[in-house]
Amino acid sequence: MDRAIAIEVNRLCKDYGSHRAVADLSFQVYEGEIFGLLGPNGAGKSTTLRILITLLQPTSGNASIFGHDTVREADRVRRLIGYVPQERAIDRFLTGREHLQLLSALYHLTREDAARRINELLKLVDLEAHADRPAKTYSGGMKRKLDIACGLLPNPKILFLDEPTLGLDVQSRLRIWEYVRMLKARGMTVVMTTNYLDEADQLCDRLAIIDGGCIKALGSPTELKVALGGDIVSLTIKETDRIAGLASALANQPAIKTVRTTSNGLDIRVESPEKALPIILETANRLGCGIEFIEYHRPRLDDVFIAHTGRRITDTAEQPVE
Amino acid sequence: MTEYWQEISALTMRWVRRLSREKFSMLFTLVQPMLFWLIFFGNLFQRAADTQVTQAPNYISFLAAGVVVMTVLNNGLAGGVDLLFDKENGFLERLMSAPIRRSSVILSRFIFVMTITSLQVLVILGVASLFGVHPATGLLGVATILLIGMLFGVGLTAISMAMAFSVKSHGDFFSVLGFLSLPMIFLSSALVPLAAMPGWMSFLARFNPMTWAIDAVRPLILSGWSEALPHVAMVIPVMLAFDAICLYGGVKAFRRAMG
Ligand SMILES: Nc1ncnc2c1ncn2[C@@H]1O[C@H](COP(=O)(O)OP(=O)(O)OP(=O)(O)O)[C@@H](O)[C@H]1O
Ligand SMILES: [Mg+2]
Repeated sequence: MDRAIAIEVNRLCKDYGSHRAVADLSFQVYEGEIFGLLGPNGAGKSTTLRILITLLQPTSGNASIFGHDTVREADRVRRLIGYVPQERAIDRFLTGREHLQLLSALYHLTREDAARRINELLKLVDLEAHADRPAKTYSGGMKRKLDIACGLLPNPKILFLDEPTLGLDVQSRLRIWEYVRMLKARGMTVVMTTNYLDEADQLCDRLAIIDGGCIKALGSPTELKVALGGDIVSLTIKETDRIAGLASALANQPAIKTVRTTSNGLDIRVESPEKALPIILETANRLGCGIEFIEYHRPRLDDVFIAHTGRRITDTAEQPVE
Repeated sequence: MTEYWQEISALTMRWVRRLSREKFSMLFTLVQPMLFWLIFFGNLFQRAADTQVTQAPNYISFLAAGVVVMTVLNNGLAGGVDLLFDKENGFLERLMSAPIRRSSVILSRFIFVMTITSLQVLVILGVASLFGVHPATGLLGVATILLIGMLFGVGLTAISMAMAFSVKSHGDFFSVLGFLSLPMIFLSSALVPLAAMPGWMSFLARFNPMTWAIDAVRPLILSGWSEALPHVAMVIPVMLAFDAICLYGGVKAFRRAMG
């Protein structure tokens, strides 16, 4: 690939005391793409982001933004980036406009440039009507929009979004996806974290699945799904006590790649459904397992996630399910 | 340099705006509880306090210096609270991810706290004069009082900020604050002169920077320049040393928290 590299991360580690939050991360982000860090709570997404935006120093390893080291050239880096933190970083007493005015001074804009830019941004995130109200009167979605406007104020080359749609309703989420796609269309590089699979799937050009501070898989959503190979057959079984027996009987059949038990059945990854389905049905029949429901689908991102981490993203961290 | 100034003034304006948004809190900031100390304590102990002991015409005139310095103490020790909240809700991260000098946020806070403190000290001196306490050293004396207050306040604010950047939660912050401020007041010459204290208390009070500040402010109010000047000459280097120590600690805590 000969695409320009926006971010280069090289063997990055971050320890908090004896706890390793980020363990040996290496990846690249290309200019103009939407890059996602997908992982469950506590995976180390925010920590990685904080290192990239110069607010944390790595324990070892390094990262650079357009060739500028995040530690040694922190000030250069800060002039290239915009940041939208995970928490609603809002001052309740200031109005939306005052937030943006404060930031324009911190980015050293002139008064005229600031005024123009602020009006542009307020229009973009649809907050014009509420710009002069204190932020404590804003709804959650409005605060998030203000957050994003703040991140965009410096007109950054790279925008960092930490869980931009956490806790938003469906409409606001779609709205934010729209903004992000529009920013990409304008040539901005976007790095975002998320623990929503659908968000990673639909929005990100490429993503890194991280868990326990490590990258488990990296690629475009399609690549990751294709790389998994084969399709998924999900069974729901009446006799839950016989699931384990069925799983072991199926495990070493030729047409079947992997078998995973779920709470009420099995997820079976198969080479080709034509060959596997008869075997599955016949084995279930022989072992006296009544099949309540059977479903067959192409690999989805949650299958990718499970295949690489051994658990669902919604399961709490550090508790792999078998 | 102009960039630096742009950052500091915008950040300072933010503190001012926040204060002005809360009408009540603005009112109570100027008409602060310390005034009640002066008015109620001052008049309450009028007859209980022995003027032979306090060496002042009346207790309220003795207390005025103490109340001035207590105001500085309270403001200084609380000076880091807003930064603590900024740290907790992520606003500080937002500010620090901008290409600003790392010191801008802190400096803006110093400027704001010192300004508010000076205004409060002026209000206290104004109220004291309603009760007949007029600074013996005149306007220059008032300016000197403000200077001493600021020198002391810088160190205290630095302690407060160091705490804000180090504590795990704001519960811890307020516990330490409550723990710190009363002994600072009682182990100083704010309420009674050292000579009238039990031996061990006056011994400890001698090491309290607050005592030094009060012992310089009090003659500026009560006696006049000839008595005040030696104290003022002493308190300035003492305060500078105090500030240096506190700032060193503050900068260390800040570096640790902000990378
Ligand atoms: N300041 C800190 N001190 C100690 N440990 C921390 C600190 N910040 C994060 N951690 C730990 O580091 C790990 C990674 O945290 P991080 O915030 O990066 O996770 P995350 O992937 O962003 O999770 P979430 O989806 O919940 O935001 C967690 O185990 C967390 O407890
Ligand atoms: Mg996070």
